[in-house]
Amino acid sequence: MSETERRISPEDVRHVARLARLALDDDEIGLYASQLSAILEHVDAVRRLDTANVPPTAHPFPVENVLRDDAVTASLDRATVLAQAPLAESDCFRVPRIMGEAP
Amino acid sequence: MTSSRGPEFPSLVDIAASVRSGERSARAVLAQSLGRVRDLEGDLHCFNEVTLEAAEADADAVDQMVRSGLDPGPLAGVPVALKDNLCTVGVPTTCSSRILEGWLPPYDATVVTRLRLAGAIPIGKTNLDEFAMGSSTENSAFGPTRNPWDITRVPGGSSGGSAAAVACGMVPLSFGSDTGGSIRQPAALCGIVGVKPTYGVVSRYGLIAFASSLDQIGPFATTVADAALGLEVVAGHDPMDSTSLERPAPSLLASLGDGVSGLRIGIIDDFLSDVSPECGAAVIAAAEALAAAGAEVDRVKIPELLLGLPAYYLIAPAEASSNLSRYDGVRYGLRVDGPDAETMNARTRGEGFGPEVKRRIMIGTYALSAGYYDAYYGQAQKARTIVIRAFEAAYRNFDVLLTPTTPSVAFPFGSKVDDPIEMYLCDLCSIPSSLAGHPAASVPFALSPEGLPIGVQVLAPALGEVQMMRVAASLEQAAPPGARGPVTP
Repeated sequence: MSETERRISPEDVRHVARLARLALDDDEIGLYASQLSAILEHVDAVRRLDTANVPPTAHPFPVENVLRDDAVTASLDRATVLAQAPLAESDCFRVPRIMGEAP
Repeated sequence: MTSSRGPEFPSLVDIAASVRSGERSARAVLAQSLGRVRDLEGDLHCFNEVTLEAAEADADAVDQMVRSGLDPGPLAGVPVALKDNLCTVGVPTTCSSRILEGWLPPYDATVVTRLRLAGAIPIGKTNLDEFAMGSSTENSAFGPTRNPWDITRVPGGSSGGSAAAVACGMVPLSFGSDTGGSIRQPAALCGIVGVKPTYGVVSRYGLIAFASSLDQIGPFATTVADAALGLEVVAGHDPMDSTSLERPAPSLLASLGDGVSGLRIGIIDDFLSDVSPECGAAVIAAAEALAAAGAEVDRVKIPELLLGLPAYYLIAPAEASSNLSRYDGVRYGLRVDGPDAETMNARTRGEGFGPEVKRRIMIGTYALSAGYYDAYYGQAQKARTIVIRAFEAAYRNFDVLLTPTTPSVAFPFGSKVDDPIEMYLCDLCSIPSSLAGHPAASVPFALSPEGLPIGVQVLAPALGEVQMMRVAASLEQAAPPGARGPVTP
């Protein structure tokens, strides 16, 4: 097994897919294991870079918190917004259960 | 496959002047544009949606203003195409993704609002690589756009539909978004002008986010002057975007004719060995033309810029993995049901996103995950600093820098789609400016032996749009005839 193939295993792909909430089939898991390994190999110059005393840049220019005046203004129409939802009910977005059954 | 020249557009200034004076109706200008769409859309697939009736109503409103003695604005009656990641009220906005198919935004992007206020007539939403991730439009869920110069080849991407729509003469002006080259690369491959402004010059409100610290909206046109006017109209502070710079729109048109005498121009050496001989030769020829026009030209080595590509392919996916978490099957777009919320989320995303979007979400999630954050995302952010510092040092000696826009001319469909890294290399020369937030423009400057257009990229420091566009205008004057669109496939 080469260095590249070792880097990202199918188990790693399953773990990352779970974090990303992506349902992948077995073919995709195999494909992404090899492609992600190749991509990480390609970006390895960044991982190996000597960055002592180099600060990180998250944004090209300094970002400041921007606050508008605390005045009441119109917001989006509720019916218009809910009309775009896959499922809405009683002025709310309807989703499947998010917690287990009560004991 | 070959194409023929033309038809040429009148300049935007001339179109607007004829509409404002009543000499030509906006409706007549629109009819010509829509006729071209009717003739070529079947071959090229530039659009996800053509908003025929809305465009006719908008054109009638402009004509009514003219008849009433009101001024519709500097883009009066100018037909414009919008990349389908710009929100438009009541018009489907899909990002060329199944996950947003049929979604109707409840608001307009600021760019769209400003274009309407200037009298422009939006005619439709253009195709892109899904969520702007790609360099060929082959990642669109709705099929690729074809290059008007050779329909067996890609138009570039991700804003390929907007580039092709201008390059084939459907519209004289269109807008795209550029995260790592998505305006400049398709502009180069389609033989037109494309401009990525300084980060924060154009509001991102209503631009569906890919990588928020990099995304920027900009124009496509067949001439530098038209691109400059398009940018002037949409630029300027917007309170709806917290990263919008508190500055007025730059004034570009007025100084386009000022020439390049005395400007210090550097050819970045480091990319030349990684691009095709004809793309490298075009940059050298461009530099010679600028020297002949009075610029001081020299070569410069900035090897740190080669860190741009690997840093970008960690930073942009990391930001994307966060931004795209909103597509969860709850508030809009596709839902694929499941017994519980998490299964519903995962199935929706698994079916709704295409392969490249999933790939980038996976890279980004990995690079941000516990145990890998410092080694990948953290290191990439520091590499970004190194790129920015290298640019700062170079701009002490130069006013603008030149590179090829792309490593090669337009490539055939299918030739890179199975190898993500090959596709990512398309952005080699365009990414460093994106990481720095700097402006950059691609200008058509040469033709390859097989008759395909080649772009030269002009880079400038932050807010250096004025000198950048002066250089672009000078290059345009020196470019051989036939190097730019529009063309008829």
